[in-house]
Amino acid sequence: MIPAAFDYHRAATLDDAVSALAGGGEDAKVISGGQSLIPLLRLRLAFPSLLVDVGGLGDLRGVRDEGDSLVIGALTTHDEVTRDPLVAQHCGLLREAAETVADPAVRHRGTIGGSIAHADPAGDLPTVATALGATMIARGPGGERAIGAGDFFVDYLTTSLAPDEVLTGVRVPKLGAGWGYRYLKFNRTAQAWAVVGVAALVRRANGAVAEARIGLTNMGTKPVRADAAEAAAAGAAATGEALAAAGARADEGTDPPSDLHGAADYRRHLARVLTTRALVAAAGA
Amino acid sequence: MTAEAPAPQAELGRARTRKEDARLVTGQTNWTDNIVLPGMLHMAFARSPYAHARITSVDTSAARAMPGVIAVFSGADFPDQGSLPCAWPVTPDIVIPGHPPMATEEVRYVGEAVAVVVARDRYSAADAVSAVEVEYDPLPPVLDMRAALAEGSPKVHPAGNKSFTWEFSGGDVDAAFASAPVVIDRTFRQQRLIPSAMEPRAVVAAGAGDEYTVWSATQIPHILRLMLAMVTGTPEQSIRVIAPDVGGGFGSKLQVTAEEVISLLVTKKLGRPVKWTESRSEGNLTVHHGRDQWQHLRLAADRDGRVHALDVDLLADMGAYLMLVTPGVPLLGAFMFPGIYKLEAYRFACTGVFTTKMPTDAYRGAGRPEATFGIERMMDDLAAELGMDPLAVRERNWIRHEEFPFTTIAGLTYDSGNYEAATARARELFGYDTLRAEQQRRRESSDPVQVGIGVSTFTEMCGLAPSRVLGSLSYGAGGWESASVRMLPTGKVEVVTGSSAHGQGHETAWSQIAADKLGVPFEDVRVLHGDTQISPKGMDTYGSRSLTVGGIALNAACDKVVTKAKRIAAHMLEASENDIEFSAGRLQVRGDPEKGQTIQEIALATFAAHDLPDGMEPSLDSEATYDPDNFSFPHGTHLCAAEVDTETGRVTIRSYVAVDDVGKVVNPLIVDGQVHGGLAQGIAQALYEEAVYDDDGNLLTTTLADYLVPSAVDLPEFTTDRTETPATTNPLGVKGVGEAGTIASTPAVVNAVLDALRPLGVTDVPMPCSPENVWRAIHNAGGQGNGGAQ
Repeated sequence: MIPAAFDYHRAATLDDAVSALAGGGEDAKVISGGQSLIPLLRLRLAFPSLLVDVGGLGDLRGVRDEGDSLVIGALTTHDEVTRDPLVAQHCGLLREAAETVADPAVRHRGTIGGSIAHADPAGDLPTVATALGATMIARGPGGERAIGAGDFFVDYLTTSLAPDEVLTGVRVPKLGAGWGYRYLKFNRTAQAWAVVGVAALVRRANGAVAEARIGLTNMGTKPVRADAAEAAAAGAAATGEALAAAGARADEGTDPPSDLHGAADYRRHLARVLTTRALVAAAGA
Repeated sequence: MTAEAPAPQAELGRARTRKEDARLVTGQTNWTDNIVLPGMLHMAFARSPYAHARITSVDTSAARAMPGVIAVFSGADFPDQGSLPCAWPVTPDIVIPGHPPMATEEVRYVGEAVAVVVARDRYSAADAVSAVEVEYDPLPPVLDMRAALAEGSPKVHPAGNKSFTWEFSGGDVDAAFASAPVVIDRTFRQQRLIPSAMEPRAVVAAGAGDEYTVWSATQIPHILRLMLAMVTGTPEQSIRVIAPDVGGGFGSKLQVTAEEVISLLVTKKLGRPVKWTESRSEGNLTVHHGRDQWQHLRLAADRDGRVHALDVDLLADMGAYLMLVTPGVPLLGAFMFPGIYKLEAYRFACTGVFTTKMPTDAYRGAGRPEATFGIERMMDDLAAELGMDPLAVRERNWIRHEEFPFTTIAGLTYDSGNYEAATARARELFGYDTLRAEQQRRRESSDPVQVGIGVSTFTEMCGLAPSRVLGSLSYGAGGWESASVRMLPTGKVEVVTGSSAHGQGHETAWSQIAADKLGVPFEDVRVLHGDTQISPKGMDTYGSRSLTVGGIALNAACDKVVTKAKRIAAHMLEASENDIEFSAGRLQVRGDPEKGQTIQEIALATFAAHDLPDGMEPSLDSEATYDPDNFSFPHGTHLCAAEVDTETGRVTIRSYVAVDDVGKVVNPLIVDGQVHGGLAQGIAQALYEEAVYDDDGNLLTTTLADYLVPSAVDLPEFTTDRTETPATTNPLGVKGVGEAGTIASTPAVVNAVLDALRPLGVTDVPMPCSPENVWRAIHNAGGQGNGGAQ
């Protein structure tokens, strides 16, 4: 299929992008790598009147070290994330998840900002941002603001970004010593979206799990934290048995979809199995 | 395998890379969608959103007023649009409903064309489609072929939902079952598949005066030309059909489509060239689908594993209409259910059922994968029932190599084969006994990851011909093939074939045959195909028939050229024709090696025609048509080892061994490529693919995100090898390979999954064996989906 007609504006600066969006109203959309938006346009599931292309804004690309956190520019491609030495050193979970996104062609075009702003609950990076407690940095007519992951993801394909705001970067905390991680993506073919994905972070101390953070992909209308499993894992022995008891609570409070790739009960089951496995791997148990 | 450059005459069997690939893989070619003609318009179709509805009105006025729109037509604008053809009326009382290219009164599947917009560009055409106002009066959909046959079911067509019942039997089936100590009774589902050729369908039609050219991404330019003439009433001699390079078909382009017919009608009406190219989603909706059967099988056997009889009862979903060979597809399977086994009695019945879904038709293997799946599942289930090794059960029943030729209970005469040799080789490559030992260990330790071994010992009938047999099955055409050879004055060679390549590598294989037969360099041969003006005679490419029919026609045409060259050489060398020897492109007088001419020299002399024998026609060329006496019967033994994660249900193929016997091999690289691709498609049916309709008859799998075609990353390393038992029915000893991998692999994989799960009480997993389907099967069997053999 081919898209309906739209206007196109290639932004010269970030301010230019923001003012173009402001002028375009509710039906204006930001585009960078286009890996999520263009399929929607081609299927005529989205009818934006204006596309504001931020792809030329080089300042939004790359990873900065800001002390106890990294700021990853919104235009950094998935492929760049997987190869970035700062990400590898301080946020291996993100690297691991970015490696699972679609296929090499998509990873060379698709950006971390695009993936997060698209807010697909089946996307991998929104889950990782949620598990990490990342902060999204946005720029609008009123200047810059920071939005925590819990407030950023609102609903299916919906964020708290205003129509005239551009996501400029993602701030992720550096994982200190003692943290282990694992992103487990369960999909049916290598290019497919996750049926269920689990991002697990575990801090070990004295042979036990001191703290766990668990994000779930495709277990609701937005990326969710597995609160009950996190609570059960905290303080548990770093053993398969103890972590299985925590994993068994992974689907509590979730509302997974039923679709061609899995009915809700199967997704709940997968979330429990995969959470256990991810916790075991992250804890080195 | 060998690094040494073979002698020039050893072209047959040489692993040449394909001469057509450089242009195909770089896109430097004329795909149909690349064609741009002056003044060309673009078409887009308004399609039914209902599975079943009466059309109460079609208003095209708003769409006509849209910018860039030249014309909008509904079916009513084409009173001469005719009915899309079904060329295989399988029984005298078959119901073949009228099938207008654009529906005029009733729509019977989602996606059925209702109107066509013709515009200056694709965007305008696509925009205007949504402005075509069609009012529908919805009717109840008919989606389940079993319910469709129940009394009181809503009707797809006024004549009802049954198209035909076709029956065959041999031997005393009832007696065999009455006395059998063991009866296996199973019902299997062959899910509906979407062929998913890489190149979408595309068509361009243009006219000049009363003559029309249709370019189409088709497998069958010759049949398409004939059918366009018959459907539209255009004189056949006024239509030229060109299949440019075509990017895959798998049977899906063995069709005469609504869009092809409408393209011709629109170009006739407007006097301007038109183009239509489908999107992937449009294709998923409206390219004919494959498979879709319920198979009820009963097998009668002794306790020692000897099988006596097989009883097959099929329901085959035709979809809403019968297309080119729709009803014939399940019947090809009728001959293959007995597989490689010696049965005393066999009964087959198939009822074709109408539903309000996209019609089904040929898809790689066409009836034979379904049959092979059925019999190979039954053989594994019999082995499990008897506690026997599945290979031992097969060996007890298969035709032994010394028993060929062998006439099966289905009436086919298999000319040659060696199932023992292929199985022994597969077993050796697979490490069968080691894997069985590992399986036992995992079972004993209740490992959450279980291992299963799946067996598939298959054969197939291919080389679809002989014309007489096809006629006896009520098929509407013959199965011969044509080839011609032209030696050019410079000694180069043009080969014209009626086979129509769409990815198979004909240009390479045909060059090898011609080079071998004529003793000319491979590079000197050019192969022409796919254009009814350049290659006027042909029956096209499907059913693994190109090499076994078209290749033999070429072989015969080369023989004729050599015969003529010998006569001319004898004349030029002043020798007796009987004394002329032909070897490696040189004709020389026996016993006098100094006295000879190359075939290139003869070609030039024949062109000049200064000194030809009396009555000899100038030019060194020939034409041959070949119609075989029998099908060919490739076979093979495929073994699959699958790991099943009983916690998640995921199936991972650990190893796959395919030992195929396709007779003599022209090009082992092409054969390996066919086997690899075939395995991928068969595995896709086993594990990944399914066309899913919802309860309203909407197709849910309209994109490749929902219809899961596996890529190379999702597939295992394949171990392929061959045994070579030449076909005795053709001079090259070849059998065909296009469908073998697809036919063999689906049961091999599913058998492996079940072999892993039988200790958990699982007896069936519906295809595709997706993680969820596997998990549910374990769950429902009481295994709780949590592993362990206890």
